[in-house]
Amino acid sequence: MSKVSLKIDGQTVQAEAGSTILQAAEGAGIHIPTLCYHPVLPAEGACRICVVEVAKQRLLLPACTYPVAEGMEVLTESPQVVEARRFVLELLLSDHPQDCLTCEANGDCELQDLAYRYQVKRSRFQGEVHRYPLDEANPFIARDMTKCILCRRCVGACRDIQAVDAIGLAHRGFDTKVAAAFDAPLQDSTCVFCGQCVAVCPVGALTEKNARFLGRSWEMTRVTTVCPYCGVGCLLDLNVKDNRIIKVTSNWEGPANRGATCVKGRFGYEFVHSPDRLTRPLIKANGAFVEASWEEALDLVARRLAEIKGQHGPDSLAVLASAKCTNEENYLLQKFARAVLGTNNVDHCARL
Amino acid sequence: MSGLGTAFGSGAMTNSIQDLGLARAFLVIGSNTTEQHPVIALQIKRAVRKGARLIVADPRAIELAELADVHLSHQPGTDLGLLNGLAQVILEEGLWDRDFVARRTENFDAFRASVAPYTPEFVERLTGVPAEKIRQAARLYATSRPAAIVYAMGITQHVAGHRNVLALANLAMLTGNVGMEGSGVNPLRGQNNVQGACDMGALPDVYTGYQKVVNPEARAKFEEAWGVPLPAECGLTVVEMTRAAAEGKVKAMYVVGENPMLSDPDLHHVREALESLDFLVVQDIFLTETAQLADVVLPGASFAEKDGTYTNTERRVQLIRKAVEPPGQARPDWWAVAELAERVQRDRGPVSFYYNSPAQIMEEIASLTPAYGGIRHERLGIQGLQWPCPTADHPGTPVLHRERFTRGLGLFAPVEFMPADELPDGEYPLILTTGRLLQHYHMGSMTRRVPGLNQLVPQELMEINPVDATRLGLPDGAPARVRSRRGEVLTRVRVTDRPRLGVVFMTFHFAEAAANLLTNPALDPTAKIPEFKACAVRVEPA
Repeated sequence: MSKVSLKIDGQTVQAEAGSTILQAAEGAGIHIPTLCYHPVLPAEGACRICVVEVAKQRLLLPACTYPVAEGMEVLTESPQVVEARRFVLELLLSDHPQDCLTCEANGDCELQDLAYRYQVKRSRFQGEVHRYPLDEANPFIARDMTKCILCRRCVGACRDIQAVDAIGLAHRGFDTKVAAAFDAPLQDSTCVFCGQCVAVCPVGALTEKNARFLGRSWEMTRVTTVCPYCGVGCLLDLNVKDNRIIKVTSNWEGPANRGATCVKGRFGYEFVHSPDRLTRPLIKANGAFVEASWEEALDLVARRLAEIKGQHGPDSLAVLASAKCTNEENYLLQKFARAVLGTNNVDHCARL
Repeated sequence: MSGLGTAFGSGAMTNSIQDLGLARAFLVIGSNTTEQHPVIALQIKRAVRKGARLIVADPRAIELAELADVHLSHQPGTDLGLLNGLAQVILEEGLWDRDFVARRTENFDAFRASVAPYTPEFVERLTGVPAEKIRQAARLYATSRPAAIVYAMGITQHVAGHRNVLALANLAMLTGNVGMEGSGVNPLRGQNNVQGACDMGALPDVYTGYQKVVNPEARAKFEEAWGVPLPAECGLTVVEMTRAAAEGKVKAMYVVGENPMLSDPDLHHVREALESLDFLVVQDIFLTETAQLADVVLPGASFAEKDGTYTNTERRVQLIRKAVEPPGQARPDWWAVAELAERVQRDRGPVSFYYNSPAQIMEEIASLTPAYGGIRHERLGIQGLQWPCPTADHPGTPVLHRERFTRGLGLFAPVEFMPADELPDGEYPLILTTGRLLQHYHMGSMTRRVPGLNQLVPQELMEINPVDATRLGLPDGAPARVRSRRGEVLTRVRVTDRPRLGVVFMTFHFAEAAANLLTNPALDPTAKIPEFKACAVRVEPA
């Protein structure tokens, strides 16, 4: 690839020919605000927040789609640029419920961040506003279309990350909205509830239904771990508050999944806090389980295994390890079977 | 696993998930990828949108079949005939990679002779797939480079499973599709750490890293490391264990995180076997069907409550990190095993189970396992490491068999067709095949405790072809009784043209309609995998 040289905010920058102004700026550590742009999706060029001033160009240009050129001179925060961004934000806010106090996205909202950064307190435009009911009829995704800014990231995620195409833009003009085919409820559409749309939504239009009102973004710790289901090994971020998993969010660095998940990975975590979890060792006495301490239970198991081995030999014992246990646990289980019990009778469900 | 080990020298996915997207053609067989491995299916679907060719071989018209250039709808249990047929066409039409075969493989002539009888017309009679479709599929696979084979349990869970895998390896070698991005033979592993459990030697015939227990050198190495003499004979596999228990040879079992009372074939037999044990210990996060039969139940920590590593289907060792405390007195399995080991050997002594942390256990694993030699928790970060990773500065191995196969030359293996163990007859005229759904997982102990997933799919709906359903008087949603030689279950039916004529499909997620009451425990003689994917059943209105 050939390089071109340009100036961004007075700084000389080298960029790949064919790359966008946004990519060139990011490469040089210069942050241009975006809204519809998402790094893993094709640029939409829909929102006009990322406009920049380019010398000798009559109009402001969208940095997310406009390619760099040799000798280009770009200003990312000129008065004209700032004025345009404030104008765009005022238009967006003129039809946006400003209920940040109770919005799930509060503190994790790109529109809120931009309004703060450009000090847009209220919109000077008064006009018609959208009124849609909150859609919570499906099991996992809460959709508040009054908050949708039509950035189309969700449409791109459904199309380009998941290759599902369950949603698109319906209707025209002011009535434009993101919808499934025939504006059907998600549960009656081809939606597979992977939640990828929620993962990319920059505002509070799409949120995890079962996490609503359970925690604010700044109250949660994100712990990166591996999905407990199939063998793909998707990385997930568990969002934890007060020792509970509140929700699962995408980890865009995951080498196997790059932020994609399926319905189980994103929404299948509630078994962890199920009231059915075993919380005490149990010993069966006269056909019924009785709670016991670890001391009692382990001593009993050790004694019985040793007795049976003494009477019937090591191969009268067998161990089933697990494809759900960690490597370290499986290692210890086979070491236990072989070196302590003295048998190679150890297997797991690889064949099942 | 045993098949790829024989052919290539390493029984694991040859390529990486991200590089699958570079394939120009896919042969997907015995894998309902969009439901079983949804995030890998994204690679396939996105590549197909960009023009990659797709061949799907499956007795059901699965979602990928709708996107396929060719869908080969073969009778369950006839995969081997189909694969030999594809090889025959590739040879007959001169589409094979002579250079690759000459440089990188051995035993080609015997293989070539073995597939000669498998003409498309002969294979059509074996499998029910039209001869012309077999030709079309063979041409697509052989002429698009690179081409990747993707398979899962639909290939291995047959009495011919080991042979099926050898036949897939034959196809890849024949077309030179090994050792580069976007190619290879890619078994998709069904559970988050099934690859790791195998790598760690949780198998009756190998220690860690597939070092054989019958190899005196390997045994001596582990005897020295662990400080005790070790048994020299291979142990029993899971299905053999329950048989041995029923025969009174196995007297006690320690079951950790497994639920054979739902997962094994022929459940009536499994229950008898487990009930006949003198002592059963189950360590799990729920009181599963198996745990209910136990003498002692130990509460385990879930994935979110402990540290450690899992190895995914592409051989990538990744860190899991503790996010929450386990409930009550539940403890991580590694702690419980170590405690138990110390107690059992009170009068015996020498094997150390003293570990501060999973990271320390990994150091011991690395010291004994060449492929994991360079793996340490502190190296894993977000990207993890793909084995083989023999040394502390090794970057890991995304693609296997690049310059040479792990075993040196790739081994062509002649594999003769063999039918399923149980074929349909007058009394049991339909073939039952089993699998999973997108919304549920394995035995359901996790997903059925997620209310939203239960809301999406609340019950078993056995798939049946409209022609069979009409003949049997079963409208959509009707209750049906399904019987095999081993048991019967009640379920409702979903009338759909997904399964081919004469085939019905059930999942094994629902304990109340447990398909494994019906399935056939007949084993592949080499891989010891039961034939879950084909058994004869009778269906009638209930």
